[in-house]
Amino acid sequence: MYDFAYHKPTTVADAVKILSADSDARPISGGQTLLPALKHRLNKPTSVVDLSGIAELRGIKRDGNKVVIGAMTRHADVASSAEVKAAIPALAQLASTIGDNQVRNRGTIGGSVSNNDPAADYPSAVLALNATIVTSKRRIAADDFFQGMFTTALDAGELLVAVEFPIPEKAGYAKMKNPASRYVMAGAFVAKTGGQVRVAINGAAPCVFRQAEMEAALTASWSPAAVAGVVQPADDMNSDIHGSAEYRAHLVTVMAKRAVAAAG
Amino acid sequence: MNAPVVFEGIGASPKRKEDLRFLSGRGNYTDDINRPDQTYAVMLRSPHAHAAIRGIDTAAAAAMPGVVAIYTGAEMVVGSLPCGWLIHNKDGSPMNEPGHPPLAQGKVRHVGDIVAVVIAETRPQARDAAEAIAVDYEVLGAATSMAAALAPGAPLLHEGAPGNVCYDWHIGDLAVNQAAFAQAKHVVHFELVNNRLIPNAMEPRAAIGDYDRTTDQHTLYTTSQNPHVIRLLMGAFVLQIPEHKLRVVAPDVGGGFGSKIFHYAEEAIVTWAAARINRPIKWTADRTESFMSDAHGRDHVTKAKLALAADGKFLGLHVSTTANMGAYLSTFATSVPTYLSATLLAGVYTTPTIYAEVKAVFTNTVPVDAYRGAGRPEATFLLERLVDIAAKQTGIDKLELRRRNFIPADAFPYQTPVALQYDSGDYQSTLAQALKTADWDGFEARRKAAAAQGKLRGIGISTYIEACGIAPSAVAGALGARAGLYEVGAIRVHPTGSVSVLTGTHSHGQGHETTLAQLVTDRFGIPLSQVDIVHGDTDRVPFGMGTYGSRSLAVGGSAMVKAMDKIVLKARRIAAHLMEASVDDVEFDRGTFRVAGTDKTKAWGEIALTAYVPHNYPIEEIEPGLDETAFYDPKNFTYPGGCHICEVEIDPDTGAIEVINFTAVDDVGRVINPMIVEGQVQGGIAQGIGQALLETCSYDADGQLLSGSFMDYTMPRADDVGTLSVATHETLCTHNPLGVKGCGEVGAIGSPPAVINAVVDALRDYGVTHVEMPATPAKLWHIINSGRQLAAE
Repeated sequence: MYDFAYHKPTTVADAVKILSADSDARPISGGQTLLPALKHRLNKPTSVVDLSGIAELRGIKRDGNKVVIGAMTRHADVASSAEVKAAIPALAQLASTIGDNQVRNRGTIGGSVSNNDPAADYPSAVLALNATIVTSKRRIAADDFFQGMFTTALDAGELLVAVEFPIPEKAGYAKMKNPASRYVMAGAFVAKTGGQVRVAINGAAPCVFRQAEMEAALTASWSPAAVAGVVQPADDMNSDIHGSAEYRAHLVTVMAKRAVAAAG
Repeated sequence: MNAPVVFEGIGASPKRKEDLRFLSGRGNYTDDINRPDQTYAVMLRSPHAHAAIRGIDTAAAAAMPGVVAIYTGAEMVVGSLPCGWLIHNKDGSPMNEPGHPPLAQGKVRHVGDIVAVVIAETRPQARDAAEAIAVDYEVLGAATSMAAALAPGAPLLHEGAPGNVCYDWHIGDLAVNQAAFAQAKHVVHFELVNNRLIPNAMEPRAAIGDYDRTTDQHTLYTTSQNPHVIRLLMGAFVLQIPEHKLRVVAPDVGGGFGSKIFHYAEEAIVTWAAARINRPIKWTADRTESFMSDAHGRDHVTKAKLALAADGKFLGLHVSTTANMGAYLSTFATSVPTYLSATLLAGVYTTPTIYAEVKAVFTNTVPVDAYRGAGRPEATFLLERLVDIAAKQTGIDKLELRRRNFIPADAFPYQTPVALQYDSGDYQSTLAQALKTADWDGFEARRKAAAAQGKLRGIGISTYIEACGIAPSAVAGALGARAGLYEVGAIRVHPTGSVSVLTGTHSHGQGHETTLAQLVTDRFGIPLSQVDIVHGDTDRVPFGMGTYGSRSLAVGGSAMVKAMDKIVLKARRIAAHLMEASVDDVEFDRGTFRVAGTDKTKAWGEIALTAYVPHNYPIEEIEPGLDETAFYDPKNFTYPGGCHICEVEIDPDTGAIEVINFTAVDDVGRVINPMIVEGQVQGGIAQGIGQALLETCSYDADGQLLSGSFMDYTMPRADDVGTLSVATHETLCTHNPLGVKGCGEVGAIGSPPAVINAVVDALRDYGVTHVEMPATPAKLWHIINSGRQLAAE
């Protein structure tokens, strides 16, 4: 990796100050994406701002009809959290399937959501559960947050602080893994919250997206059979050496069906 | 009080002696070695698959902090990296053998080809400077696939290889073969691709060049399976350094699988440059470099046809293969599709005539060479798929068809029509044992139960043979090998009776430090803790040809037996003197010398001590010391074989495939350490399942490596492999003193066709006769989906 300056602030305000002053500074949370990029010299930040010293970014709490998860909360902590398991078991289950043990013990929800890797797990839960992204300066609705491949609504110098998940009546997640990387090849997170159905698809396209036809079908009838007949067009699906767009489009329907079955 | 004596000899499974250091992170790998005043090298590699180098500007890089030296092909003009096996064309002319300069000379021929070496005080400094080198490339058209390389007007890689052809070789009598096909009742046609693999040993390659100006002594520390071979190839052919001035050390090596047999450019570069700068130089590959510079494996495209009589007897086999050599000839690349593959096409069957032809092709890809199994997996995959397809086409049960064509157990030695003579085997027995273990007869019920759950279940079988311990030297030489294929064992009995074994084989995961020591324990009757195996250093071990082709025990172990024979003979003479008996009357059995029929004995330790403290000693007749060396040149290959059965389940909704269980019954000859054999076979099967279901090297049409990291190259993980049941059934090798055959490659050779036969069986309702490897979920779903569409139409 190239040389960079290293900062370890203890407050969000201090972190934002450093990041705002230098557009080539990069925050690092669990480092599961940034560190490999640094090692391969694919990224050349002037400084790296380590968020691990900021206590206020850590932790899970139940707040009325919401579960609030701090940005620096690790996947392993979400997967094993009694609060999350009781309130949104599908979210705990999702977290338990991210990467491997090493990744889950380093990677954080804030890092994953901010990075918006098309093949990441969390963005589908954020979108399907209609979560709110709390940042260092504002609140952003999930529908406005994910803007494209590795692109979000976050401004330069703006830090993701927490994710607020409304507690759904039902939710389920299913995914097919890429055989090599074991990232998501196609995944579906389905949720019914306050009577509203949302279906978010990850892995299959350049950015997580809502599947409106499936939402309508599940609103009419919450059952795996309801989505089984919905054909996802292949036009905007990813295609690579691991799977064609046609295959991924097919998997979208299969995973949606399985997600509904898992949600019960 | 004496501790209870635990048997640690042949047939026991003591824990591996080497594991204390490996499992506690105390191994001594090449990158762990640091020499005083050491510098670091970074290789600047070509980003293009094919380009002319118009100029290299190193001025800015040379001025950067810490840079010691930068060399390009302009400075490093040395011998070519040699190819160790000369193949002749059908017309008797020698193959095209273009040179392989360690640093590119005016042209690069694959992504990863080395353009310059940067040497600096630290590795990051070297890397920074490498990025500052400006290379003026004129990008040329690339021929990535064999089809592209053989097409009219294809870009030409080497002036000396018109049409990008290395050789066009054949074996067998074509007229006899054609006559067999003329009489056939059935002819089965088949085409397949044997997918290209990237070895991915856990330890990346590394090399340290060191030079002592006062003695003109060069030392190379390297991640090699055969340090003496590297000394010979690099010393004699590339750098012209005589053996007594060149030491090659291959310390602990973290996996090879064939990829560390070969002499690589980086070894020559650091050795050459260390003498120029008069400082040690370390180079360690990162994983990205491993993907683009370790020799790849397999990559054959084959057309075959099998002639059968009405009763299913095989009458003849005809095979045409094109084999990818990559951009340059790696050390043993040329032998893999020819003498290590076509000669195995008889398999376990009595096919009377076989004709095989192989066209070897240059492409703008990483060189291809031996990888676990080396040619034998390709032959086995072809045969065992072909037999299954023939069974389907003739309507004869696939087990019955195999049984009808097996070489009978009483037909050995058996001369095949493709040069090899098998010494022993019992294919009906390994088949019967595997069928029973796998509960073959209960499969139909399991298939129905799976179908009730919406899953497609299939079972597949492979009955295979392979050839290990390539030999004898004279025969290999007549076929084009440019090296001997013997092995060396030197046994040093120390004055107190403990033993050091200097072996020319090399252990890089196989457990030689345990298995080879067990041979000594078994023979001399001393505890395993009293025996050390020394390997991997040309200054300590007299000579050797290294480890590949499952040869270490069959060839290296046999050399040790010969050396132990000499030691026992000498020790008996010493014992006879001490006991005042005739040497013919002195018996030796596991540590005790006894005058036959008496209670007069001498212990091992007494004789050893006497040999080194020769006070009461027949000094006029016997030299002091107990130290013997033997070279062993085998009379023949060894022929492990057996039966593999795989059961898979496919989810038709996603194409996801699961190996439910895998049964192997292998005849590896006499088993020295059953635990180590089981581990070797398990590892081989994991690699075979990897080839069949997961792994493939992908290049795009421009020669960029698409599967250039673990994000895109699917290595098998524990949960991909399923439950393995591994057993052995011994028939002894008849021509080596241990009766051993070798177990390192059987898993990787026997398993891929068993897996794919199971996949095709699972897809029996979808109209497929073959699925190319790897059978990925996406590929299987497309087959199932189009099968459904066919059914719907």
